[in-house]
Order: sequence, then structure tokens, then C-alpha cells
Amino acid sequence: MAEQKASTSIEAVESGLAAQGYIASRQIATAVYLSQQIEKPILVEGPAGVGKTELAKAIAAWRGLKMIRLQCYEGLDEAKALYEWKYAKQLLYTQILKDKLGEVLGGAQTLHAALEQLHDFGDVFFSKEFVEPRPLLQALEQPGGCVLLIDEIDKSDAEFESLLLEILSDFQVTIPELGTVSAITPPTVILTSNSERDLGDALKRRCLHLHIGFPEQRLEERIVESRVPSISQTLRRQMVGFIHEIRSLDLKKLPSVSETIDWARVLVLLQATELDTEIVKDTLNVLLKYEADIEAAHPQITTFIAKAARSNVFG
Amino acid sequence: MRENLHRFFRAARGAGVHVSPAESIDAMRAVAQVGLTDRAILRDALLLTLAKSQDEKLALGDCFDLFFSQPEPRQDQPGAENDDGASDNSDQSSSSSPAGEAGEGQPPEGLGPLAQMLLSQDRNAISAAIASASGAASLSDIRYSTQRGIVSSRILDAMGLQRLRDDLDELTTTNPSLAERLRGALDALREAVRDTVSQGLALYAREEAENLRNEILRNAPLARIERRQVAEMRALIRQIARRLRERYSKPRKRQRRGHLDVRRTLRRNAAWGGIPFLTAWKRKHRDRPRIVAICDVSGSVAQVSDFFLLLIHSLHEVVDDVHSFAFSSHLIEVSEILEKKSPEEAMAEIMSKVGFGSSDYGSSLVDFEKDFMSTLTPQTTVIVLGDARSNNLDPRADILRRISERSKRLVWLNPEGRLAWGFGDSEMPRYATFCSVVRQCATAQQLERAVSDIVATYQ
Repeated sequence: MAEQKASTSIEAVESGLAAQGYIASRQIATAVYLSQQIEKPILVEGPAGVGKTELAKAIAAWRGLKMIRLQCYEGLDEAKALYEWKYAKQLLYTQILKDKLGEVLGGAQTLHAALEQLHDFGDVFFSKEFVEPRPLLQALEQPGGCVLLIDEIDKSDAEFESLLLEILSDFQVTIPELGTVSAITPPTVILTSNSERDLGDALKRRCLHLHIGFPEQRLEERIVESRVPSISQTLRRQMVGFIHEIRSLDLKKLPSVSETIDWARVLVLLQATELDTEIVKDTLNVLLKYEADIEAAHPQITTFIAKAARSNVFG
Repeated sequence: MRENLHRFFRAARGAGVHVSPAESIDAMRAVAQVGLTDRAILRDALLLTLAKSQDEKLALGDCFDLFFSQPEPRQDQPGAENDDGASDNSDQSSSSSPAGEAGEGQPPEGLGPLAQMLLSQDRNAISAAIASASGAASLSDIRYSTQRGIVSSRILDAMGLQRLRDDLDELTTTNPSLAERLRGALDALREAVRDTVSQGLALYAREEAENLRNEILRNAPLARIERRQVAEMRALIRQIARRLRERYSKPRKRQRRGHLDVRRTLRRNAAWGGIPFLTAWKRKHRDRPRIVAICDVSGSVAQVSDFFLLLIHSLHEVVDDVHSFAFSSHLIEVSEILEKKSPEEAMAEIMSKVGFGSSDYGSSLVDFEKDFMSTLTPQTTVIVLGDARSNNLDPRADILRRISERSKRLVWLNPEGRLAWGFGDSEMPRYATFCSVVRQCATAQQLERAVSDIVATYQ
């Protein structure tokens, strides 16, 4: 019975994401479903532009949750990711409360008594009031849960990974002055990585590992269909077929899904009805981002168009 | 079910996927969620929870397919006694198509269950019996190919071979034709068991076998490696490079506490009239390794140089800049070739340019001094890899002295054993005077130690 439920729930995830314009493969849907069920973060790896970040957005939109995004970069530390004390506010308050402080302490007879009173007082300045929550803490404090996107984790330093471990496994952070803050509702955590460096095993162990590669032709056609509805079916088939041919080349940067969508938009704008050599040559710079790549692809254009058209007939 | 998953985890470890207990718990939880009915979803779930990289996903996918292509051992008969086979027989024969001509001749009464099963040629029952017997004989613990025989005989014993032999003896006298058939069936059974054991070996023993092979490979002399092992050795070298990278590429924390840097503290606090609000500490500067590698690519040393260059050039994260030079009778710079091409192509190109000549250390060192002396800085480690056999030509040790004076360290790696140094045309003792370190470097393990030591001096 439960098993029956599982496969239908995975389909539900797929259609839910599709309603937000994100066409997910079954692997992706399974990952999203499992991450909800066993409350684990998903680590998404894959080349740039295959929709890693988009996945988090689609999940947030589908489940009506707020999305909190933490963009990683070299030098990111806990003051920017987790929390910070509002130093200025603390200083300002002590200035304003100076008189009050004098009053309170004035009643004390001995130095010792004054110190006692000051102790009771001092903790006020290290309370929640003075904590500036950064994305990670914000995510834990959302009452209804949220989608926490930790983007491009591979760009951050290795130390930052260790900082994340507590959040990822227990959904809590420890602030020395305040104690441990646990999540009200565990957030759905998505980490993305472009594999610029190998992530630590400790981090990987805590996550479901999802690899999104370039989609199959059918899937990519469906993605284009949902994103650029105004494109005609024949053109869609041709252009996706063409892009799949391009990906077989040895290029510096292969065109990914985001480039496919851009190109589809461009073709619609130019009111193309069919792929021909001229229009491809003119718009190739949408697909390929390096001069060397464009040069490498140039001589192949005619053959690729023919191939794409042929696969169209049989497909 | 749980038992089956555990066996799968073991098989996954065999396939080179690291499955920690925590990961197996996650996988269990995931499987409990998705269930077992849909094999594709089960596969996805296991891949998501267990594999942590794309390579592991591929390996685990293959392992999954192999694992589930086997008939599953039946778990409801833990003892796998031979009479269980008989009950199986009656369970399954109704569902299975009667197999061939053997069905006609009803096996006579009074035979053991195994004999009956074989004579009725019920394949399903036989394979189920094999599977349950291999469970009893702990096939999944198999580690080496030499264990094949003993595991096979254990499986056959568990299936009731002894009883079958008795039956055979009896039948030979009473019913020779039936005995003949039974003997044929027994041979077929032996074959089937052997196949099962081989498959088990492929599934469970891969890791162990690989470890053993790598261990042997690590200690094999690089110069005399066989052609078919070159690819494996390259993979091993890449592994070593990865290990060294992990060990040495960690961002190096500089010494922050220690001695107060008085000058910088005063300067920084000038705004407060020299009252030290902000302190500055003396820092240790650490250089990233700069390496100049000079490799002999003549004759027998070529193979070692090949692996050495591969290793050095796979250490990008650790080593800032590497200049590589190759020589036999004259010397050229090869850094660019190595950076741009795949290891196989690069080596082929280097060989076609300078390789396989008779080595002339003297004139190669002259070439180096003339054109590339400026690459040396006081931070550079120079590594010379060669056997120092200069065919009785002038060794030009004076140039080596100048190289050693200009650089931080001069390390000589010699693929020959220490005993051979200085004999015949070996100039090693003369060169050794000017080297900071001279060490033998004939196997992958020695290569790893040598490079590791060189990098470690910069930490």
C-alpha cells in the first residue's frame, strides 16, 4: 500500500513542479520526494545552466514556501551566512541607557553589589534583540518552513562547509551567547555545486546526491515547450536536435538548457519557422559563449541541421 | 528484505562505492519510503542515498543491475537443509513449465530429494536450491578467486551431495540407465554452482581483488611494467595525485600568534598617537612549491619519467608552477605539451622529439644552463630524474653545482638501486655531491613518498 503511495507521490511531485514550469526527470522527482520524506538536504551537481538553482525556485513556488538564498563565494564566513551581533545598536543602547545604568548602580553600596547588578544587566545586550539573522538563521526561524538554497557551495572555502554540517544534519545552529537555535519547521535545503572543487565527505554524507546532466532530447523538448510555448513544434524539434548534435562536439563550454531556452526565445523573436544555415549562423552566439567554440562549430552547421531534420522525420 | 539490502551494500562496497553505516541507514529509510515494487524507483533511491559522485553512480548502477539479475536467495529457509529443496520442488513445479523429456520417466521412490529434483529437471527449484545453499555457505564472504573450489564444494554439500552419492551407488546396481542420467544431471549441477560462485566472486570480491592488485602494482618496478598494465598504473598514479592534493592543498593558515610585529603595530596605530589598539603579528611566509623537473627519457628510464611527469602535472592545486624538461641527448622544455594534451598523446610527442636516444647528461645540462637557468629562483626545488648513466661522456657536474646553488633544493631521483650507483658508466656519486637529497625511485610507492616529501618541505 505504502509502495503504491510512493510512486503516485513521485508523480505528484513531477506534476507539481511541471505546474511551475519545471519539467523534472524521474530521478529529480524521486530526490525531491525522498528529501521531504527522510528530511535530508539535496546536493545537486551538474554543469552550469541545467536548472539547479531553478529547481529550488520551482519547489518553493510549488509548495508556496518562501525561498531563502545564500550565494556562496570565496571568503564567505559565519558573520555573513549565519548571524551577526548588531554592534552599532548595542553601542547606541548603552549610550542611551547610560543614565539608567547610573541609577541602577547608584543603589548599590559596595563595589561587589554593583558588579552583581551589572551581571544581571549585562546579558540584556546579548539577547535575541541584538542578533542580526543572516540567511541560515533566517531559514531556521521561518515558522512555516522554507526552501533554503545554498548556491554554488563549491565556491566557498573548505571551512565554511564544516560550518554547514550542524545545520544540515540537525537543522540547528549554536550561538555561543544564546545557546542552540533549532528549526521551527525543518527547511527544505538544496545545495548546488558546479564541481569546481571536490566537496568534503562529511558534507556529502549528509546529503542526497543528485546529478543533473544535460536532459534527453524528449525531455528537453518538453522543457522548451513549457518555457517558450509560442514556438512551433517542428522548429522546436529541429532546434533541440541541433543542440544535441552541438553537444557532441569538443567545446570549451557546451550549451546547456538555459541556452536552449534563450535560443528558442531568439528564434521566436526573429519569427523563424524553420532552422536554416543563415539563421543559425546569425544566432550562434546565443548558444556558444567562446569565440573558439563558435569557430569550431561553424563548419559543422549544415551537417547538423540536416541531421536534426532527419532525426525529426523518424522521431 | 533487510538481509538482501545488507548483501547489496556489501556488493556496493565491492564495486568501490564507500557505504558507511550512516549511509546504509539512510538508504534503508529511503527504501522504506519508496518500497520495492518499482525497481526503477528503487534504483534511483539507492543511487541518491549511497553514491556521492558521478563515477560512484555509474559503478553502483552496474552493481545494482548485476545484483538483481541474480535469482534471490530464499530467506525463508535459513538452514537450507536438503529436504527444503523438496518442498520447493512441489511449490514451484506447478508454476514452471515442465522441462523437456525428463518429465515422463517418473523418478523411482526412495531417492534423496536432490536426486529427485535433478531427475525431474525442475530448473526453478534447482536454482532456488542453489541460491539458498549459497546463502548457507556464505557465498557473500568470498574474497579471493582461490576460494572458489571450497565455496563450491560447501554449496554442493549443503544441497545434499552426500545423499546423492549414496543414491548413485545404489542406482548403479539396480537401474544403470537412470544412474547414467543422474550422473549427467550432477555434472550440469556442478557447472551451475561454479557459475554462481564466479558471479558471486565478481560481485563481492572486486574490492579485495582490486586492493591486492593495486598493492602489487604499487611495488612493481615502473621501468619493467607490462604494456597492459600501463593504463592501470596511470589510474593508480592519478589516485596518488588525488591523495597528495587532498593532503597538501588545504588552505595554509598562517601563523597568527607569536611575535609582535612592532614596526607594523606602531605604524598601524599612528592615528591614536601610538597607543596600540590594533596589534599586528609577525607572520611566517610560506611559499607554494615551485618545481623544475628535469627528466631523462632515454631507454629504460622513459617509463618512470612518464609516470613522474603525470604525477607532478596532476598536482595543480598543490604546486603553483611546474616547469618540466625532458632530455636524452639534448634537452627541451615540455611543460606546454603536458598541459595541453592528454597524458598518452603528450608522452608520444615528447618521445618523438627527444626520446629513446642514448643519454648525454653533460650536453643536456649545458642546454639547460644556456636557455633555462632563469627559471630557477631561490624558492625552486629542482628534481632530476635519471639513472645518471652518461655513456662515459663528460658529466659536467659543475653545471649541476651551479643549479644547486641557485635553487632551494636539488633532489635526484634514481630508478636504479643504490648498489648499482657508481658502477659502469654511472656518474651518480659525482652528481650526488651537489644534491640535497638522492633517493631511489623505482616503484609507484617510492614515487609517492619522494613527491610527498618534496611538497611537504613547503608546508
